[in-house]
Amino acid sequence: MRRRYFGRTTLFVLALLFSVIFLLPTVLTITNSFMTQSEIFANYGMIFDALRPGVGTYVSDSVTLKLIPDRVTIDQYLTVLFRSPLYLSMIWNSIILVVPIVTLQVGFAAFAAYSFTRFQSKFKNAVFFMYIVLMLMPHQVTIVPNFLVADWLGILGTRWAVIFPGVFAPFSVFLLTKFMRRIPSALIEAAKVDGANEWQIFTRVCLPQCRSALYSIAILVFFDYWNMVELPIVLLDDPEAQPLPVFLSTINANEAGIAFAIAVIYMIPPLLLFLHGEEALVEGITHSGSVKG
Amino acid sequence: MKELLGRFDNYRSRDRLSGYIWLAPSLLGVSVFYVIPFFIITYYSVIDSPLHGNFVFLDNFISLIDNSAFRLAARNTFSFSMRAVPLAVILSLLIALMLESRIPLKSQFRTFFLSPMLVPVASIVLIWQVLFHPNGAVNELLMILGWAGIDWMQSEHNQLVVVILFLWKNLGFNMILFMASLSNIPRELLETAEVEGAGAIQKFFAIKIRYLSPTLLFVTIFSLINSFRIFREVYLLTGDYPYDGLYFIQHFMNNIFRRLDYQRLAAAAVLMAIVMVIIIATLFIAEHRFGKDVEG
Repeated sequence: MRRRYFGRTTLFVLALLFSVIFLLPTVLTITNSFMTQSEIFANYGMIFDALRPGVGTYVSDSVTLKLIPDRVTIDQYLTVLFRSPLYLSMIWNSIILVVPIVTLQVGFAAFAAYSFTRFQSKFKNAVFFMYIVLMLMPHQVTIVPNFLVADWLGILGTRWAVIFPGVFAPFSVFLLTKFMRRIPSALIEAAKVDGANEWQIFTRVCLPQCRSALYSIAILVFFDYWNMVELPIVLLDDPEAQPLPVFLSTINANEAGIAFAIAVIYMIPPLLLFLHGEEALVEGITHSGSVKG
Repeated sequence: MKELLGRFDNYRSRDRLSGYIWLAPSLLGVSVFYVIPFFIITYYSVIDSPLHGNFVFLDNFISLIDNSAFRLAARNTFSFSMRAVPLAVILSLLIALMLESRIPLKSQFRTFFLSPMLVPVASIVLIWQVLFHPNGAVNELLMILGWAGIDWMQSEHNQLVVVILFLWKNLGFNMILFMASLSNIPRELLETAEVEGAGAIQKFFAIKIRYLSPTLLFVTIFSLINSFRIFREVYLLTGDYPYDGLYFIQHFMNNIFRRLDYQRLAAAAVLMAIVMVIIIATLFIAEHRFGKDVEG
């Protein structure tokens, strides 16, 4: 008995330790965003200098990690939100790419998943298999086809070159099909007996049954594209049109203080989604990995 | 593979034409933006140039493999995946097992471990740079423990920094998959084993691992794919031109995109696709052999 208690205590301490490691980077980013510009210069100025030599100004040669700022200020936030429109426009660049991708990807996926669920055939199964293979391909493979098509269609360099491949990425179709196949066929048969046509079955039976699935898939897709780097840096030419992550990576010492504030602001939408939909998210992940049906 | 496709027996095909109307928007988009151009680049990969169209068979592939930058990128990508994927699988399994035991605050821990998933990498790279700077916090900690500090980003240890970032970001996702899979193991089986005197380790190797094998496969594949995406993190940490150890295939491809060398791009993408298919097929076959006895 005693040994078991001891084992549980060890595990608990271990879990606490892991939690600190997992939470620390996020917490530090948040607390540092409330530091004054001069405190950030004093603590980290050198890092930004070393990263991009010649861009920043020489500030200090020591790096001190600080959990709690000496003086708390919201000055950086005020700059980002009100004084300098550049930063908000970068966030807007992200929004204008991600929102159409998430909504349209999930929307088209709902139709496709319905087709894969309701009307199965040998050919359809082969197509579904193709979607899976495509889903498993890394960006290094898919970005070349994306680039070529964008070039042919004359949309290379515009936002459409990023939005279209995002909209038709097969992940949502795969996951939603797995969810839809779990709807009891009796439910659909019953609707048929009541005289519902396909459209009514889709909108009144299938979609309401998949509400949490749609939500969790949308969250997963959002997290992925909110972070995107690969597609924009190849497919968009205009540095002004890049989403915020790409922009944030080019920031220099003069903007170090603001960088933390932008980083935190950029975290807010996924954070809200996470807090609101953690259970849905967990369910979504679970199904993306459950190999059976 | 059949399991992946899901249940086929739920509904029978009824109205073929109507079925294709539902699928059409998605299939059209996937064909136009992915499948058709992929076949075209496969063609590009075996000709000398789109203008002449002379068939050169494997020449493009040979010149790609001969290229020292490509070899460096391939080697780095391979060595990164070989380090990151096993760690991502094993550590997340250990965390899932830890959360399966009876400790307090379990659901809070789950939230904490999952939280990096929501944090955009761009938001925490600043902190990463502070942590792994030569005068940064990690080195300070090492020195307190009596070790020498390391110039993390500019030495052969730079892959380790990125491996840690990768694990930080991906362990939560894998953990959820393992937790779900662990909760599906029949309780009676574990209880019987316990009555017969099996310890935690015996239970794990005799029972749990067999039920976990489909999930192990999936977590391995997902981690592998995510490991090929590490470019994102590296780009955000170091920009376009990283130190040698962090020059990955995506960096190589970005450079050829700039030169618009279609033959080389096509050869790289096709080669990578072939490698992916081989890896995934191997994993599926391995899982099929190993996990056969528990699949219904």
